[in-house]
Amino acid sequence: MCNAEADVRRLDSDRLVAILFITPSILAILIFVYGFIGWTAWASMLKWNDMARIPGLKCCPLEGSLLPQVPFAKFDNYIRLLMTDQRFQTDMRNTAVFTVSFIILCLAIGLLLAILLDRRIRGEGLFRGIFLFPMAVSFIVTGVVWRWLLNPGSAASGSVGVNLLFERVGLDFLKSAWYTNPQVSFIPASSFVGKLLGDIGLGFISGPEFGIPLAILSVVLAATWQMSGYTMALYLAGLRAIPDELREAARVDGAGEFQIYRRIILPLLQPITLSAIIILGHISLKIFDLVSSMTGPGPAFATDVPAYYMFDTVFRGNHFARGAAIAIILLLSVAVLVIPYLVYSARTELNR
Amino acid sequence: MRIRPGRVLIYLLLILAAAFYLMPVYILVATGLKSYAEVNLSTMWSLPSGFHLDSFSSAWLGDPSKGIQGLAGNFYNSLRLAIPATLISAMLGSLNGYVLSKWKFRGSNTVFLAILFGMFIPYQSILIPLVQALQGLSRITRPFLDGLAGWHVPAYFSWLPGLIAAYTPAYGTIGGLVLVHVVYGIPITTLIFRNYYAGIPDELVEAGKIDGAGFVGIYRHLLFPLSMPGFVVVLIWQFTSIWNEFLFAVVIANKAEVQPITVALNNLAGSFIVEWNVQMAGALLAALPTLVVYILLGRFFMRGLLAGSLKG
Repeated sequence: MCNAEADVRRLDSDRLVAILFITPSILAILIFVYGFIGWTAWASMLKWNDMARIPGLKCCPLEGSLLPQVPFAKFDNYIRLLMTDQRFQTDMRNTAVFTVSFIILCLAIGLLLAILLDRRIRGEGLFRGIFLFPMAVSFIVTGVVWRWLLNPGSAASGSVGVNLLFERVGLDFLKSAWYTNPQVSFIPASSFVGKLLGDIGLGFISGPEFGIPLAILSVVLAATWQMSGYTMALYLAGLRAIPDELREAARVDGAGEFQIYRRIILPLLQPITLSAIIILGHISLKIFDLVSSMTGPGPAFATDVPAYYMFDTVFRGNHFARGAAIAIILLLSVAVLVIPYLVYSARTELNR
Repeated sequence: MRIRPGRVLIYLLLILAAAFYLMPVYILVATGLKSYAEVNLSTMWSLPSGFHLDSFSSAWLGDPSKGIQGLAGNFYNSLRLAIPATLISAMLGSLNGYVLSKWKFRGSNTVFLAILFGMFIPYQSILIPLVQALQGLSRITRPFLDGLAGWHVPAYFSWLPGLIAAYTPAYGTIGGLVLVHVVYGIPITTLIFRNYYAGIPDELVEAGKIDGAGFVGIYRHLLFPLSMPGFVVVLIWQFTSIWNEFLFAVVIANKAEVQPITVALNNLAGSFIVEWNVQMAGALLAALPTLVVYILLGRFFMRGLLAGSLKG
């Protein structure tokens, strides 16, 4: 028999070693995530917007003291962004349109494909592989390819890309200016719905500020191409987890296929829909690579998003404080979405 | 067997969807394989007449007469970045996951959650101080690098100072990017390994303890040998995301000699003097390594994806 007291001491020292091993990671996260976020929040409240460009440095003229000696501006940067900065207001509209349409498209396509694949299909593995492979590709590659696919063409070149395809198969009416379309569709104040909105005190909705910039839908299309397979995979995993007995029982009770999906399967898939919305939502709020490589800010900032504006204003315009404020707004919007989800998952998952 | 219209409709829809997902691949491959004479926007959907590699060689080697940089060097940079960063972050994630699943301490769940949050933040919110910190690091490491240049090394070790310089963490070096990817890779790698180790019974660790093995011994002799499936998932996930990453790369790799391929491809595609067939060939080259990984190891890739949604 070994000495019980020595055993306990051994365990304690092992526990210490364990904590020692994870300490570097904790410190790194503390500094690189929380410390840096704090720093950015601090920088967002400074008057740090008009620093001269340092010659010789192409993109990052930040060299200098860690905390710049500039006057405090309190929330001025935020107030300016939210109240008077037209580009930022356009960006918020764009992000809202992007996020909503991207999530709806991904969920609808993902669910449809998952249901189709779940019906004992020959070559299921192949189809799954085809739907999912865009996930393995960089957003930059996606942007470069889709920029050519959705190129509207010119008078000189005629139709190209997808437009050309539509022309060939006689679907001319589907031809579009895609991401070069400067139009914003919105509810005109003079229309019936516009008047109705005006009567109930929501007249501000009937204007381009709350419209849908058509150009950004092209970026949504490319993003959906890339991410809908992922939603499909999530739903398929969910469908496979539903025991066949449930469907059998419903069939015995005389439920039709459609009813089985509506009353049994879809309600059971709700947690997956929630996860998918969180994951897709935070991706779309942060979207940057795809916009950079596909369109940039677009016509009249129709495809501009906060993440791109931040990059632009900091690394091309040297407006550090404004960029920091955009970054913090972006972070808060992601946090509102993610933190409840994290805490909820922690409660249900961590304590198993 | 009787053909049922319902089944036909299902296959029809699936084939239509497959066509949608494969359309960009078709354009990439078809355009890449066309000869320069064939490349014409009005015939972009037609098949190439043969197997021409002109576009690929232009994209790979560049065209000095037009001042176009080829992607070969950037492809190499991405490898130099992604391989070490992937290995280090997998190792780190494995140890973190081991601690957080088998050596829980008071508050370890909170620590785990706090680490996890780092996975979701928009990196714009840490970008400015990150650049400043790396530039600060550059100031510290510069004297060392200057000293390195004066080293006298035997001819067969002449590559060594360059290698050390490249991997010294600083602003505008591969080492700086490796550091960044390792740090911001901690949340996802820790998550995947923690979930993976949670599936390994605690009794194994208890048995190790009874046999007198300590923290390190249990990991080395019991957990690590069982970790290969976890490592495969994490390695694939990290390699793919680091290879495809753009924001850190464009901000930190400020010189052409260190630029990863995503940044170079973005520049290539943004340039008006580069023909679009060369852009397509370049995009295919940039996508190839991760696509190959996906085709060979798709199963594990899928697991990483699902782990990303927290339900391991």
